[in-house]
Amino acid sequence: MSASPSPADRSESACTGADIRLEHVSVAFGEHRIVSDINLHVAAGEFVCLLGPSGCGKSTLLNLVAGFLPATSGKVSVGGRPVHGPGRDRGVVFQSTEALFPWLTVQENVEYGPRMCGVPRSTRADAARRYLELVGLGHAGSRMPGELSGGMRQRAQIARVLVNEPSVVLMDEPFGALDAQTREVMQVEVDRIWRATRPTILFITHDIWEAILLGDRIITMTAGPDATFKTVAPVSIPRPRELTAPAALELYRDLREDIASEVRRTLQAQGLVREGLVREGSARDAAA
Amino acid sequence: MTTLETESPRYPAAAPEARPATAFFDTRLARFLTGAFSVSLGLLIWEVLSWHFQPLFLPSPQLTFYAVGELWEDGTLLQSIGASLARIMAGWSLGLVIGIPIGMLMGYFSFVRRLLDPYVEFFRFIPPIAFVTLAVIWLGPGEASKVALILYTTIFIVTINTIAGVLSVSELRLRAAAALGAGRLQTLLTVIFPSTIPYMVTGARLAMGNSFLTIVSAEIVAAQVGVGSMIWTARNYGKTEWVFVGIITLGLLGYACDRIVRFIVQRLLKRYAVAV
Ligand SMILES: Nc1ncnc2c1ncn2[C@@H]1O[C@H](COP(=O)(O)OP(=O)(O)OP(=O)(O)O)[C@@H](O)[C@H]1O
Ligand SMILES: [Mg+2]
Repeated sequence: MSASPSPADRSESACTGADIRLEHVSVAFGEHRIVSDINLHVAAGEFVCLLGPSGCGKSTLLNLVAGFLPATSGKVSVGGRPVHGPGRDRGVVFQSTEALFPWLTVQENVEYGPRMCGVPRSTRADAARRYLELVGLGHAGSRMPGELSGGMRQRAQIARVLVNEPSVVLMDEPFGALDAQTREVMQVEVDRIWRATRPTILFITHDIWEAILLGDRIITMTAGPDATFKTVAPVSIPRPRELTAPAALELYRDLREDIASEVRRTLQAQGLVREGLVREGSARDAAA
Repeated sequence: MTTLETESPRYPAAAPEARPATAFFDTRLARFLTGAFSVSLGLLIWEVLSWHFQPLFLPSPQLTFYAVGELWEDGTLLQSIGASLARIMAGWSLGLVIGIPIGMLMGYFSFVRRLLDPYVEFFRFIPPIAFVTLAVIWLGPGEASKVALILYTTIFIVTINTIAGVLSVSELRLRAAAALGAGRLQTLLTVIFPSTIPYMVTGARLAMGNSFLTIVSAEIVAAQVGVGSMIWTARNYGKTEWVFVGIITLGLLGYACDRIVRFIVQRLLKRYAVAV
């Protein structure tokens, strides 16, 4: 477990992130090959979004970087150091809000990381309050996670990760369970927080618009088994982004087609869907 | 009985009107009345049955209540309750203090589990009653043997429940803790322990019930005072109603203990999501 970068003054643009490097990474569960020969370099402070059909292995890749899962072959390193197991330099925001400890208050949840590495009580309480403030939960510290709405719980999770000042933040569909309005608010918040604290972010989502709104780069994956990267698209729209920009719309269409073609390929391989049905679906989307 | 009968609602034909009627059964009063009705019915059956038998075979409720008075007057009842409760409390709390850490360690470290599993798997099938004689030989007829038997009763139930709790801690919480920088021991204390509390409570409550089984057998074999010995002494005097007093005392005592445990758990352990 490595020490976090010094919590020294962090100006708006100061980059505190570490780079993520995956070299020829493959993962197999027994006979099942999930992902093969993945090569990825995420620069320090970069925001990378990962899109792909369900079950292709996005969470698997994130778990590799988090250290929850060893690579079957290949190298995974963060900040130049090979990953062996989880550590506080890599914060993880889980999709499920069950990841919060339900027996601790929101404040205590956020203090958990600093408490585990021996930060004195008053220092960590201050830090927790600061980060709760940052995610807009300054008023909710004394409440239990079960008393919060889904969006508030995700903010609490984000604060709990950020208080550790991780160099990498890994987010696995963090807003997947939220309603559309809350999700939009949270997306804007994440964009703001990322610009303020500048960790490296690897962000998994099913929502193409979310990826366009947030990512410096968007990576799409092929359908599994044996999935790899399909396309890597840099997003050059200036932040804060407006999704009504023509460039955004164009990017959306491309990504949509990328993923749809992968889904279509698997479904055809499984012989589940006739050509007509899929065509009809994508035509409706293009018209939208 | 007939008065209660008249309180039962007439069922209206239309469904929406049926609502207030069903709601009545959920009120506190209705729930209390239902319980009281059930108890009265039991007493009535007991009374009617006792008409047909000798008091030595089946003492009437009335005779039993006289016996309660009698045993209360001379202090036997209170002394018996005190002695039995003290043994149960001592053995049970000791069992929790020992059983919970063993269960945590066995659940978390597979090495410890493999080391102790043969013993747990062997002894948990041997009822405490089988050890009554040995306990007396080894620990004497005093308090130690009884406390040890309750301890034995408690430890396996609590250990096994705690292990089950540790093994069912959600992977998500473990991962969250690890990614926040918790080490293995820290995870054990700050995540696995709190997550396992509901299982420990279940184990503790089951063990409390079983302690009542054990205490009676232990006291019957070797004790001067205690509810169990009171039941046993009744034989020498031909006082079957004392047996009934003992049985009723045990039932009420067990119920009260469980209520107290539930109350404490609800007060202190609410945040650990213990359902009681
Ligand atoms: N422990 C495991 N043992 C065997 N197979 C597994 C295991 N974990 C995941 N898989 C398989 O690996 C594949 C990729 O899983 P993963 O969770 O990474 O997908 P995903 O891209 O995150 O999907 P989703 O978008 O639905 O979350 C799936 O087909 C899944 O069945
Ligand atoms: Mg996933």
